[in-house]
Amino acid sequence: MNKKQGAQSIAFASPPIITSVANIVGPMEGEGLLQQYFDHIMPDNLNNWDTWEQCESFMMEWAIRAAANKDKITIDMIDCILAGDLLNQLMSTHFAIKNLSRPFLGLYGACSTMIESLLLGAILLDGGFANKVAAATSSHHDAAERQYRFPSELGVQRPPGAQWTVTGSGAAILSVTGSGPRITMATIGKIVDYGIKDTNAMGAAMAPAAVDTLWEHFQDTGRMPAYYDMIFTGDLGSVGKELVIQLMKEKGLNITSNYQDCGCMIYRKEQDTHAGASGCASSAVVFCGYLYNMLMNSSLKKILLVGTGSLHSTTSYQQKESIPGIAHAVAIEI
Amino acid sequence: MLDRIKNKPSKKNLKQQAQQEQYQMKVDTATPKPPLLKNLCWAFVVGGLICMVGQLIIDYFTSIGLDKEEASACATAVLIFLGAFLTGIGVYDKLGKRAGAGSIVPITGFANSIVAPAMEFRREGYVFGIGAKMFVVAGPVLVYGVITSVIVGLLYWIRH
Repeated sequence: MNKKQGAQSIAFASPPIITSVANIVGPMEGEGLLQQYFDHIMPDNLNNWDTWEQCESFMMEWAIRAAANKDKITIDMIDCILAGDLLNQLMSTHFAIKNLSRPFLGLYGACSTMIESLLLGAILLDGGFANKVAAATSSHHDAAERQYRFPSELGVQRPPGAQWTVTGSGAAILSVTGSGPRITMATIGKIVDYGIKDTNAMGAAMAPAAVDTLWEHFQDTGRMPAYYDMIFTGDLGSVGKELVIQLMKEKGLNITSNYQDCGCMIYRKEQDTHAGASGCASSAVVFCGYLYNMLMNSSLKKILLVGTGSLHSTTSYQQKESIPGIAHAVAIEI
Repeated sequence: MLDRIKNKPSKKNLKQQAQQEQYQMKVDTATPKPPLLKNLCWAFVVGGLICMVGQLIIDYFTSIGLDKEEASACATAVLIFLGAFLTGIGVYDKLGKRAGAGSIVPITGFANSIVAPAMEFRREGYVFGIGAKMFVVAGPVLVYGVITSVIVGLLYWIRH
């Protein structure tokens, strides 16, 4: 049976089930809007580890173990782990997964990694290549800042359009049996680049990719935006969210009533993060907590989750290249 | 298609360029503007205060008998220490967040730009961490500062 639908989408024949999720965040996220939807809030960004990178690895390992615990399975029952993060050579992920000694595929999709891992996990399960898969991502504010921008003690002023990298990790267990929301469809995104070069405007750099994937998803599946109770993008922030609404309107689709961005859901306004949250963990901690809860208590029944990633590197922006964006979508229904 | 493989990729075509410019305009409208007046006031007040502290220190050193040049050299050293100290206890970045150029331009900002990376990269050790990364922010200032002073020196030497 051909599961490919349209140009870029997949309709799963036996939609894989997300049987459990877990998340962990830093103190700043813990003081934010989704406080009661986090499984663990660390007291500080180091949590007794020597380095920020070690702390990030700890978070990912913790999230995967916690998700397995909630699912009442042992780590050995996971056939494959799909995970990634923002650091060079997936440092945090590799040191986290090392301790779990399970088959592992590392992914890099910048901040779209959570959705990329859910999407590929669903493909593995629906294809009959595995029975249980763990999908996870993490990001750490200070570890990301030192790699991409400035040392944290440097006295620089962030522009109002800048976003704040989330410290946290989220993990989900996908299974062929069990109960929970199902991944019914997925759309694999293309790289879209509208020539944005400012690394403080990542929402703007990723918005066209999100719009492209959304548009392709609706074309391929024949669904309309109103089919979904809510459409969520990963980490576009307030600026990118505004641009997605505008660009979709130009294409003739109005999504104002059922569209939100995970990056606008984490921090309170007075936390002064400017345009909102970013990082792999932005979509991961929101989905593996708040959204999963909403699905389980049927407050939301059909959601489209669009992970957005800006695929620049420290070398590429120093060489004055523009920021390529990517977005992948998964439809999760209960 | 073949052209693209054989030759260096051609610079953006016109249509793409127009699309990008159009999008940039949308981005500019959607991006909030920095509160210019507030930022200017903060920079003015904080920058002014740092300079005032500097002046007080100079006055103190002159009052205990140093001549003008010695006093200003000592004041510079004290300000550098203060900048480094405030960076170390995690205050200077909070000041910089509000004051912007007001706390970057004075010499305390220069101290901050050296101490901050030194702190950040201490986990990579004394050689490849602190030693190699200490000047990652201030390095360009030193390089171009030295070059500029050589050029000015040469001009001065030619004129006299």
